Amino acid sequence: MSLAAHLPALQVVVPLLAAPLTVLLRRRDLAFGVALVASWAALAAAVALWLQVESGGTVSYPIGNWPPPWGIEYRVDRLTAFVLVLVAGVAALVLPYSRASIEAEVPPQQHYLFYTMFLLCLAGLLGITITGDAFNVFVFLEISSLATYVLIALGRDRRALVASYQYLIMGTIGATFFVIGVGLLYLMTGTLNLADMGRRLADVHGTRPVLAALAFVTVGISLKLALFPLHQWLPDAYTHAPSAVSAFLAATATKVAVYVLVRFYFSVFGHSQVFGRLPTQEVMLLLALAGMFVASAIAILQTDLKRLFAYSSVAQIGYIVLGLSFDTTSGLTATIVHLFNHGITKGAVFLLLGGVALVMGGTSLARIQGLGRRMPLTSFGIVLCGLSLIGVPGTAGFVGKWYLILAALEQGQWWLVFMIVASSLLAVAYVWRFVEAAYFREPRQDTAGGPPVPWSMVVPAALLVVATVYFGIDSSLTAGAAARAAADLLGGLR
Amino acid sequence: MTSSAATVGGHFTYFVTVFLMIAGLYILIARGNLIKKLVGLGIFQTSAYLLYLAPGKLVGGTAPILAAGFTVYSNPLPHVLILTAIVVGVATLALGLALVVRIREAYDCIEEDEILASDAATGGRDEPPPTR
Repeated sequence: MSLAAHLPALQVVVPLLAAPLTVLLRRRDLAFGVALVASWAALAAAVALWLQVESGGTVSYPIGNWPPPWGIEYRVDRLTAFVLVLVAGVAALVLPYSRASIEAEVPPQQHYLFYTMFLLCLAGLLGITITGDAFNVFVFLEISSLATYVLIALGRDRRALVASYQYLIMGTIGATFFVIGVGLLYLMTGTLNLADMGRRLADVHGTRPVLAALAFVTVGISLKLALFPLHQWLPDAYTHAPSAVSAFLAATATKVAVYVLVRFYFSVFGHSQVFGRLPTQEVMLLLALAGMFVASAIAILQTDLKRLFAYSSVAQIGYIVLGLSFDTTSGLTATIVHLFNHGITKGAVFLLLGGVALVMGGTSLARIQGLGRRMPLTSFGIVLCGLSLIGVPGTAGFVGKWYLILAALEQGQWWLVFMIVASSLLAVAYVWRFVEAAYFREPRQDTAGGPPVPWSMVVPAALLVVATVYFGIDSSLTAGAAARAAADLLGGLR
Repeated sequence: MTSSAATVGGHFTYFVTVFLMIAGLYILIARGNLIKKLVGLGIFQTSAYLLYLAPGKLVGGTAPILAAGFTVYSNPLPHVLILTAIVVGVATLALGLALVVRIREAYDCIEEDEILASDAATGGRDEPPPTR
């Protein structure tokens, strides 16, 4: 078989094998080179798979030629390819950025290990997305999570250690809940292949173990995606992790968890089971709304920009889950498109904040006073991303909210439209906190004379900011792909 | 009466599983000591192993190897899965303990409330990062 036929395996295997290679090489420059090649190769594979899926339909790859459902299957459909491109794309941008960024934040002797962990995390996230096997999802989930805990603990503040420990506890509870759910499903169906499991679940529709499995999977994955009120680990983790890690995690980790939830809801359980037997819709709707309002309100009160935008992430997860809870094509389209758009927006914000931390020596609002004069372009970039978080037309964040409002109107739920707009006003308030400090305050004397931000950090951040604006103006690529993926999910199975 | 006794007997492993699950979660929530939390986490994870393993065993079943005289086989797949899960659990525990060692170096304690108090005492977020 040609190389193209093995793309699904290579997608995961390349970063997975590059990770131990960086440990063996030890030299940080060599490790960086290997990691860079591996992450760009992963992006190339993701884009190639995406093109393949858009033209030729779902790709199924039996690992070791064992046919599914006995062997492990890698399965790429439209949604998978879409998420793969997001994860690999962000990784390919964050990696060149990280070289200069960790120079200031991580002790030099640990640099090669940073790349190892980064590659393992990337391999885990790609693996979760691409695999068609329920237990494989758990294994990759733990690979990416364990690497994430280490990456967070690399933060220079000692609070990074506590944040990492808390995330380890919460993350492992989540993963164990998930594996309990998968175990119950395996008991009822005798299969671990997701597609096969979806077919066989029709015979045991609505039985108590299946409903229990639904509950366990929902709670476990909700911990991972930081659904309010299971988000406690997220703000600390994002605040104290090194800047490059915050950017990568904010853009990918929670988004992949959302993908797993969508996959289990619509491909395994089937939406009639999920929303018909239990009040899933009401619960998810309520938690999403609570997240949108409470997390946004808490974000307004923060004094540190990284923490402010971390709480904003929890609020944005609320919009993503809200779309999912509608159980309609337009709602799911909103979820998928906002997942992508919020990923690039938040990635851009945290990349820019990494530059701010480097020059100003921190990201607290007191320290970044007068940032608009010190770093005009960076400030402008953060404002653009802030507009995207609010959902101003012309930015990526608008597209997701637009589809969300359409989905709410489709169901005649006017009050939800009002809620979406009202929570966006809270976003205006927390973005204004930044604008006020950056543009209406005099720069502090002790922050003068920081080093200039190196090009390797400026270019990736700028690319993501441009993407944030581009996908807001021309949404045909992202919204089109999301709509087709949503139609596949709701049309293809039950 | 007999039927309920049979239910309890037939579901014996599930009762043990659920007991371990709840016990583990309780320790996680109720204890502030970071090591004890990891112990709770270990117990919680172990309950999931049991959930997989117990139903795979058939009374009188053997390992699934074709041989004369054996017709009842136990399901080997759960064992393989849990072997993987045990490795994951060991890795998690090792990383957790390593983090506790580092936390003790940085804070001089492994009690959650003392750590929070120590962070609250250092105060404002605009302080230069403490050296470790």
